[in-house]
Amino acid sequence: MLVLFVYLALFIGSLALVTAFRRARARSVDYTSLKTVTFGDESAISPDRAASVISIVTIFLIWGAFTGSVITPLHVPGPFVGDTSFTYTAVNAQGETDDATVFIRVHPSTEKSETPKPELGDGFAKNDGALVAAWRSVLIRPAGNDDGGNVDGYQITHVNGTPITADGTVALADGTVTLTQRGSINFVAERGYQMEPLWLPSPEAVAARFLDIFSNGYQNIPLMEHLGSSLARVLGGFLLGSLVGIPLGYAMGLSNWFRGWFDPIVEFMRPVPPLALIPLVIIWFGIWETGKIVLLFLAALWIMTIAARSGVSGVRISKIHAAYSLGASKTQIMRHVIIPNSLPDIFTGARVAMGVCWGTVVAAELVAAQKGAGMMIIAASKFQLTDIVVMGIILIGIIGYGIDILMRMAEKHLVPWKGRG
Amino acid sequence: MTGLIIDNISMRFDLPNGTSVQALKNVSLTLKPGELLSVLGPSGCGKTTLLNILAGFLAPTEGKIMLNDKRVTGPAAERGMVFQQGALFEWMNVRENVDFGPRMKGMPKAERDQITDHLLEVVGLQDFKEKAVYELSGGMQQRVALARCLANDPDVILMDEPLGALDALTREKMQGLVLKLWKETGKTVVLITHSVEEALLLGERLIVMAPRPGRIFKEYNLPFAERGVGQDLREVKKSDGFANTREEILSMIWGMEEEIMGRMDAPKAGA
Repeated sequence: MLVLFVYLALFIGSLALVTAFRRARARSVDYTSLKTVTFGDESAISPDRAASVISIVTIFLIWGAFTGSVITPLHVPGPFVGDTSFTYTAVNAQGETDDATVFIRVHPSTEKSETPKPELGDGFAKNDGALVAAWRSVLIRPAGNDDGGNVDGYQITHVNGTPITADGTVALADGTVTLTQRGSINFVAERGYQMEPLWLPSPEAVAARFLDIFSNGYQNIPLMEHLGSSLARVLGGFLLGSLVGIPLGYAMGLSNWFRGWFDPIVEFMRPVPPLALIPLVIIWFGIWETGKIVLLFLAALWIMTIAARSGVSGVRISKIHAAYSLGASKTQIMRHVIIPNSLPDIFTGARVAMGVCWGTVVAAELVAAQKGAGMMIIAASKFQLTDIVVMGIILIGIIGYGIDILMRMAEKHLVPWKGRG
Repeated sequence: MTGLIIDNISMRFDLPNGTSVQALKNVSLTLKPGELLSVLGPSGCGKTTLLNILAGFLAPTEGKIMLNDKRVTGPAAERGMVFQQGALFEWMNVRENVDFGPRMKGMPKAERDQITDHLLEVVGLQDFKEKAVYELSGGMQQRVALARCLANDPDVILMDEPLGALDALTREKMQGLVLKLWKETGKTVVLITHSVEEALLLGERLIVMAPRPGRIFKEYNLPFAERGVGQDLREVKKSDGFANTREEILSMIWGMEEEIMGRMDAPKAGA
């Protein structure tokens, strides 16, 4: 909730700042800037790159602020670390009351520390000492060293002067105490708003882990080999899928019989997510490379088939008629009209297929693999190495984005006529 | 006998709902080589169907088409086609579009280039040879389409509303170009249009077709095309008989349109 508010505040605040900054500077007058109707005019909307940069910086700021990172100047309150104490009041079997203090040392989870050994003090209730790591809780048994603590009738009644009963909780300055049914006190040090490294490591911890794995590898396999083997599987599956899918799509676009024969199969397989095929593929082809390539092949196949089919169906009949009237043979029409005309659709399909394959390979590696991006994060999660998990997710995202950018560049270069027929 | 003979063509096909459509009925016409025919009629009169039959894209249910004593059974290079728009190959540049026909025939490059250069000059696009076709304006694209058709040296050029998508000014310029090309190349041209003026300007012969069933309603022999070659077409429009003929044909077509509307309205009025 707090994160959401901070995020919204940063969103609006940076918008106001950038707008004010731009207003202060002289602006060049382009056509779009003169439009008075921009709300609803899609052509007047282009991504504001300043917003993109601030957006990424914001993510790191929030990430840093909630993990106590060195990259951000401001942090949300962290967990309490240091010495604290509270006083409890007990009543013994004789009906006497006495106070004693519990001294607690809360140490950072990365460092060792020693339990405080306070003087026992006077009266039947004796002082206690306890040691607890930040974010953790500790169970204290004050009765253990109190005189008559084991006798029926002994009871803790107050903490810091506040009455407490079994299962009751009293909030202190640096944490909370809860009285258990058996008369022990559970002390939870103030956790603050920062995330434990186990939940979310700080950006620099992830970066350090990245450098470490980049130079030393993970589980004796270099990082590049992990990522490379995932990419190789994607490429292999995608190429096989295209090799079968594109001709099949062409056949379906050119022949009634092919269309009728394969339509039910394609339409049935298309909505089946590739992940749902993993169990069957493993049963048939095993968990190693063959299984993964087959899975990715199936992921790419239907997408490429449908792309090629719609590429053929989308050809304007006047182009085909024109080619026939110019004396072209069927082979020539295939080569010079149908195939080039279908390329934009095939490229769109290829972009989708690469995206699906990349997602599928990571998922398949989660199930079983010796190396790969997905294997890396699932193995790390078993050892609670959250920094590797986060690093893996970031790398998977960057590579997926990179693939799409490359495909888009190839598309622009190879089919410049797309959408301009 | 040379020329294009339309021999008693009828075309009737079934619809999925069980009824059938008589798109053409007993259409006969003979065109001598080098004749310029324009075809006019309200929508649904079968003029596009007729053109598709001439091109060989459709088979008539009765009758036959003969071109230079050979029966037309399918599309072929001897009958070139110019479409309204969107029939250029946008993955090829202007030159590749124009020399598509010769290239498919396997003509050597030097010869092809000569034809292309000449034709692009004729249509006024010599400076756009290596441009992508999607970078050209609509009028320029139609010039490319004309050049592409001519590069193949067909006996007959079939035009399906080739200027229909152009703005009025460009259209007028293109009409002059079509006349010029017709006269210079001596090709037989069949042109379908919606515009009565265009039909008068670009038709030595003009047929008006009527719908339901599609048939030839009236035929004219007109002097305007001959008058217009190399001339200002606006002058031709002012010349003797143009305005009268235009009015005559317009009221003829209006009459047909009203009859169609009347027929459509009739059941509604009954109900």
